[in-house]
Formats: sequence, C-alpha cells, structure tokens
Amino acid sequence: MAAIDFDVELRRAGAHATGGWRRMLFMAQRHVLGAAGLIIMTLFVLTAVFADFIARYDPLTVDAARALARPSWAHWMGTDSFGRDVFSRIIHGARISLAVGIGSTALGGTIGVFVGLTSGYLSGWVDLIFQRVSDILQALPLLVLALIMTAALGPSLPNVILAIAIPLIPTVSRVTRANTLALREQPFVEAAKSIGMSEVRIALRHVLPNTLAPLIVLATAQLGSTILTEASLSFLGLGIPEPYPSWGRMLSESAAEYVRTAPWLVIFPGIAISLAVFGANLFGDALRDILDPRQRG
Amino acid sequence: MSKMLLEVTDLRKHYPVRAGVLRRQVGTVHSVDGVSFSLGAGETLGLVGESGCGKSTVARSVLRLVEPTSGQIRLDGEDITHLSKTALRPHRRSMQIVFQDPFASLNPRMTAGDIVGEPIAVHGLATGQALEARVAQLFEQVGLRPDQMRNFPHQFSGGQRQRICIARALALEPRLIVCDEPVSALDVSIQAQVINLLIDLQKQHGFSYLFIAHDLAVVAHISHRVAVMYLGRIVEIAGKDELFRNPRHPYTQALLASVPIANPLAKKLAPLVDGDVPSPVNPPRGCAFHTRCRFAMERCRTERPVLKGNEHQVACLLNEGTGRGQ
Amino acid sequence: MADRSDLVLDVKNLKTVFFTNSGLFKAVDDLSFTVKRGETLAIVGESGCGKSVTALSLMRLVPDPPGRIVDGSVLLEGTDLLALNETEMRKIRGNRISMIFQEPMTSLNPVIRIGDQIIEAVRLHRNLSSREAKDIAVEMLRLVRIPEPARRAKEYPHQLSGGMRQRAMIAMALACRPALLIADEPTTALDVTIQAQILALILDLQKELGTGLVLITHDLGVVAQAAQRVIVMYAGRKVEEAGVEALFAAPRHPYTRGLMASIPAVPAPGVAAPARLNEIPGTVPSLVRLPKGCAFAPRCPLAVKRCEAEYPPLTDWGGGHLAACWRAADVAEVA
Repeated sequence: MAAIDFDVELRRAGAHATGGWRRMLFMAQRHVLGAAGLIIMTLFVLTAVFADFIARYDPLTVDAARALARPSWAHWMGTDSFGRDVFSRIIHGARISLAVGIGSTALGGTIGVFVGLTSGYLSGWVDLIFQRVSDILQALPLLVLALIMTAALGPSLPNVILAIAIPLIPTVSRVTRANTLALREQPFVEAAKSIGMSEVRIALRHVLPNTLAPLIVLATAQLGSTILTEASLSFLGLGIPEPYPSWGRMLSESAAEYVRTAPWLVIFPGIAISLAVFGANLFGDALRDILDPRQRG
Repeated sequence: MSKMLLEVTDLRKHYPVRAGVLRRQVGTVHSVDGVSFSLGAGETLGLVGESGCGKSTVARSVLRLVEPTSGQIRLDGEDITHLSKTALRPHRRSMQIVFQDPFASLNPRMTAGDIVGEPIAVHGLATGQALEARVAQLFEQVGLRPDQMRNFPHQFSGGQRQRICIARALALEPRLIVCDEPVSALDVSIQAQVINLLIDLQKQHGFSYLFIAHDLAVVAHISHRVAVMYLGRIVEIAGKDELFRNPRHPYTQALLASVPIANPLAKKLAPLVDGDVPSPVNPPRGCAFHTRCRFAMERCRTERPVLKGNEHQVACLLNEGTGRGQ
Repeated sequence: MADRSDLVLDVKNLKTVFFTNSGLFKAVDDLSFTVKRGETLAIVGESGCGKSVTALSLMRLVPDPPGRIVDGSVLLEGTDLLALNETEMRKIRGNRISMIFQEPMTSLNPVIRIGDQIIEAVRLHRNLSSREAKDIAVEMLRLVRIPEPARRAKEYPHQLSGGMRQRAMIAMALACRPALLIADEPTTALDVTIQAQILALILDLQKELGTGLVLITHDLGVVAQAAQRVIVMYAGRKVEEAGVEALFAAPRHPYTRGLMASIPAVPAPGVAAPARLNEIPGTVPSLVRLPKGCAFAPRCPLAVKRCEAEYPPLTDWGGGHLAACWRAADVAEVA
C-alpha cells in the first residue's frame, strides 16, 4: 500500500484551519473565484462609500474646453462630450448601481418574504391567487417588466428601485413559500403549535429564521442581475435621469456617436458594469456552495 | 368506570385522495377508522403497530394537531374535539408531545434554553430571572447541566436533544404527554437512558403517557396497558402482562412472533404472517387483517369485528369473538 | 482452526480513515476477521462504531475524499481487493461480493423495471443472451419468493411494497451467486412482521447457496437469531468477538454486557421483566479525539487507571472468544 502523508491529507481537508482568520483563509483557498468575487464586491462597496475622496474631479462639472479628451495622466479614463471626467463619473456611478442593487433587492426581498410566508401559511385561495400572479409576473422577462414599470412611473431613482424590485418579488416569494411549506411539517413547528403558540408568532419565530440562508444566497445572486437591469434601463433612457452618473446611461449616450471616435467612453463603463455583475455572481455562487449545498447544480 | 384523564371515542381521520387535473377525489385514506380508548391519571398506554397503522395520527388528533374527521376527544371530562384555537389554548398546557426525531424537533436557530423556556413565555407564566431559574430547574430534571442552556441544538448529541424535547414538554407541567416514537431514532445504550428518564419523571410528577412505538419491547417495558393497532383500528387492548403472555388476536400473535429475541437459545424466527400490510386507501372490508390471517373465515371477509371483553378486549370473530388462545 | 480453503473472506488489520476539517477520523482501526463459506458473521455496534464503514471498505466504496483505506488487506477467495485497480474491482463487485443496503427505495433505480435491473446486473458479469438473463431474473425473483415473478419483473420499484423491494434487492445481489454477501441493516427500515420475513429469507437463501454473509446491525435480537459468530465494535475497533452462544451466555467486554442489559425485552412466559433498564452513562466519544487508552473507559463501570493509559490488546479467553479489555476476567462477576 502506497505511503500516505496524513498531514498533507488533513491539510487538504482543512483540519489546520481553526479559528476565524485561518478558517476564512482556508475557505478563500477552496473557493478562489468566490474570494475574487468578494474582493470585487468589497472594492465596489468601498468605491461607492468613499466616492468623494477617490474621484479627482466633480463628476457633474461641465468643461467644454476639455470635451472628449483621450485618457491621460490628468484624466485617467478621458472625458466625455461635455468634458466631464469619465473616471470620476464611474466612481460616482458605483453609488447609483449600489443604491439600486441593494435598494431593489431589499425591497423586493422584504415584500417577497411577506408574500411567500403568507402564501405558504394561509394556503387555500390566497395561496392560489398569489401563485397565479407570480406565474404571470415570471412569464415576463425581468427587463421588460422593469421597462413597463419605469415607463409608467417615470424615470427617477426611487422609481427605478421600485421597478426593479417588483419583478424580484415572485422569485423570492417562491423560495420562501417552498421553505415555509417544508418547515410547517417539521416537528419543531408542531411542537410550537402544541404549546399553544399563535400562527403569526410561529411564522416569525420558527419559520422565517430558518428560510434566511437560502434567501441570502438568492439575494446575492440577484444583486448582479439588478445592477445589470439598472444599466439596461438607463441605456434605454428609462433609468436614472441626468445629471447623475449611471453606468448604463454613460454607455447609451456614447455608444452610437462616439464608439469609433472616443472608444474610452464605451469601454470603461462597460468594464465597470461587467466587473460588478461578475463579482456579484461569483460571490453568490460561492456563497450558495457554502451555505446551501443542496441548491448546487 | 373511574374518572379518566383522556377518553377517545370512535375517533376517525379520513384523508381524501385526489388525482387528475381536476383534483377529483378518487379514494379515501382511512388513516384512523374508529378508535376508542381511555387513559387514567398516572397511567401509560402503549400504542403499537406497523407503519401506516394510524398510531401517529391518533397521537396528533388527541393534541388537535390534526383535526379529526369524527369522534370525540375528552380531556378531564371536557370535550375538546371542537374547541376553537383560543378556547383550546388553556387546555394545551395540560397536554404536550415528544417527537421521534430529536434533530427535526428543535429549531436549529434557537438556544436550548430559549427552546425550553418558550412554552413558559408563551403562556406568560414567568419572565426574566424567574424564567431562567425555571429553565435551569427543568434542565436539571432531565439530566442536563444548566450551563448548557446557551448552546444550540447542533452542539448536543441525539440523546441530549431528546432530553431537551422532554424538558420542553415538562415546562408547562402537563398532565398528559404524548410520546411519538421517542426513542426509535436513538442508539441502544441511549434508548435505555431516555426510557429510564421517562419512567422516573412519571413517578415524580404523576402524569400520563400515551406512548406510541413500533418496538414491542420498548412499549412492553414502559406501558401499563397496551393497544395494538392495525390499519386504523385497535385490534386488541389489554394490560401489559396479559397482552404479551396471552395474545388473543392473530395479528398480535404474529407481531410478537416476529420480534427477534436477543437470546440465541430462544425460539428461532417464525413469521406467523406473510405478505405486506394492505393500503389504507380503501382498506379490506370486514376484518382489516383477514387478507393475511392464518385463521380467516368466510365471515371475516364481510363482517367487521368490534372490540369485546372487559379488561382484555379483542376485535376478532374467532371463538365467539374472543380471538384465539395460542 | 478451520481449513483455510474454507475461508471466503479474510480481513487483516483494516484501517479506514476520514480526513475531515475537524481532524483525522479513525472510522475503522486495525480490524481483522474471517468469514467461512455459508457462515454468518454479525458486526454489531451503535452508530459511529465503524460497522457501516467496514462494509463500504470491503466493497471498496468508501467515498474518497474524504475517506481512505490506509492499511490492511481484504482477501476475498484469496484475492486482495485492496490491491486491485478500479476496473478489476468492478468485475468483482456485484459478482463475487454483493451488498444489500438499508433503504430499498433509494438503492433501486426508480425509472428502470425491476426485471431489467436484475438483467443488467447479471449481464454485466456474465456473457449471456438477453433471453437467458431474463430467465435468470425471473428465477431470482421466484427464489426470493415474490409471487408472480414474471409479471413483477415488468414492474417499476414504486409499484412494489417496501418488503417486496427489499426482496428484489436481494434477488439482484444474489443473481451472480456471489461468494460473499454484505447486508447493512437489511431489515431496519422495514416493519416488524416484514423484518422477520426478510431476515428468514436471507438466512434460507444463504444456506441454500452457501454464501458467506456479513450481517451489519445494531439489533442484538437480529444477531442472536441470525449469526453464528459476532463481532462487537466500539469507536472503530473490535472490542469483542465470539460464537453467538458464548457471547450471549458470557460477554467478556463491559460494553457488550452493558448493551445486553440496556435493551428491553418482550415479556414472555417464564421471563421476568427487569424493573429498570441498565444505562450506559455518557455518549460515544468523538472519533477525532479518542482517548489514549480504551475508548470505552470513560463510560465503563469497571475502568481502572490502566484502562485510561493503555489500549488493551485483543486476548483469547478460550474457544476463539476474543475481548479487548484489561478487566475481562472480572466482567462476569459484575452485574
């Protein structure tokens, strides 16, 4: 029998990784892509929070004299047709993307959890109606739905968040409802019933906390797509209104006119969007593997 | 009859079987099909039977965790079968349940102390320091250390978790505890610990157990009286010693003969019964056991036997309804 | 000692470990035993004692990672299974050595007819026409006493009851007439009356076919009724081995004795029911942090200083009754 190096094998299994930091380091080594995603997301959040300190110019200051400057030491990513610094606009754009991403995920998530819990708990015709409405909402692509919503509500930051949040509701409520139905059959829920606990209290205390892990996974996974939807909406002119710098609109304003003459106006916002979505998705996948292995595949 | 803590009369629970696009009812599961029994204070009634015989449904119906289709459940003389949720609430204090799976019956996101204290908090019996002291006392009663209150369920072994479940059931000082296969998920050496604990607690507090299990030996050890269920019906009910020494129903006899005895010199396995339990969807007419019974007569196919006798009751048409003395 | 040519299985110093993130998990440690043709050896113990990992090790089905067989040999009819590569092992598995699992529903493919599953198993190892294989399949179903075998062969697993499925599993496992059958808790998931039928069936067939049987169970009743020899495992190690009658008459290890006293018995005429069950205090130790000495010492009523310091060797107490206990001589005297 071939000699087996026990230490090497144990190391591979992660037995040496005890304690917070070593454990995290081990996890990062095992899920390299997830760690990369986490780093991207962290940079993204830091950029959004400290945008004022990172940006070298005011993103809204128009300076016709500098219009369409090539990337240079003074303007790392060049300037746009109004002479605004592209780098600074991208940095500030992170705020918009993050606000939309977190805002819509939180809003859609909260409503979705409420709908899913009620639906799973009340069952009967309430459940039936909720489920059929979800079916209809889910039959439409996220983007189309958001498009209709913003077209109806008019472009503004809160409206964009609302428009992106609503299509998230059926996805979240489905997951919550499925978990609720499974958890309702669990003996610990029956035990709670047998001590005379009210249904509402059981739902909040016993059912909800046990659906959180898959919901966190779902929310992280959705973060990327909400950022993408916001970019798409802005690209189509229905997103965040001027003068706020939105990555999607930065693309749309320059794509047709300047793609040949000033490619930096297209390339840098494009990279920013891709990177943020990519980071969120990588992190979401790793989180799913760690927290909820059953959903893999 | 003396005053009984629990009286169950002609309990039935039927579930519709639906199929097809229109979800039309195509059959009925006769999960519990006319069960009657009573349980005195401080007494343990064992309910045995194989999977699908309806024993767990009886347990859950008694606690009103499932709504019976018909029949009557009286707790301390009061009919609780149709009480509303609010009206039922004070009665919930009198009856508690311990489940089979000690892993699924504890909320993984609550500490052991919170789990045991929850019933007390829900009924507003104690708060703060008093609550904590009471929980600590309950922990000691079931053989856990009070300093384990802050641990989460996954930090306990299977046997310890079952102790937490028992402590939770004790919290409201109930008069009836329904035990639904409380030891069948545990290892042999841990089973003994939990069975002994249950017996000791009964001696101290004087409550009654409705003890559901498929393991005849465990039921025999803990019960005063034993009821044998088959396809939703009680086929035999008697005092423990009488039932095991003098089983009268052919099914009880078959069940007893099927238990492998932990003694290599004792009689070898002699299954007295062939085949499987029929489906409880549209069960056999007449005596439900006639399809597998060695003594089945023509009458058994059409006539449903009723429980007869005083202390030792049996539902069998053999020998003028007294079953068969082996 | 019996004639060695009679041996179907000869396991020596088997050691299977799991590399987990909480450390090295010694699931099976230094386990040796033999099985003769037509003999039933029961391996008994509680969850985590290593009995199921032993079964998987014999089949070379230990999930890797995290598990690995790190030492020992498993001689099946003279061939060391641990020295074979995966292709060679596949030719043996299901052919010379088969296994029946606890859960008959999950061990059968739900979308393939029962008969076809047996045919597939047979044709994997034998060069037979589909006609011949089909005849064998029906014959096997008849052998396991499934009524109307030709019709049942055309049914899917979900159309069979639990007992019937376990019969079909047995038919599949025995289709190639293996030299050794491993049954891992074959009756645990079944109802009492079905349990007795299945156990009786396995024993009848084993007698008929002369198969060696390794019966893995936690149920001492099953052991007493089925086995000729018994191995008791605790925390990955064999703590006692004996003929079934010797073991039940006079267990030499305090753990075995404790187990026997802790199971309730069905009251039978002439048998007095114990007032109180014996408890083995505490719980099974974690296999990652096993004590230096005897793993049972912390729960043992007889433990002395030496038990904590030194692991007791397996000693023969006469007639092949092995026990690993420093105080084996005193076990009989303590109730």
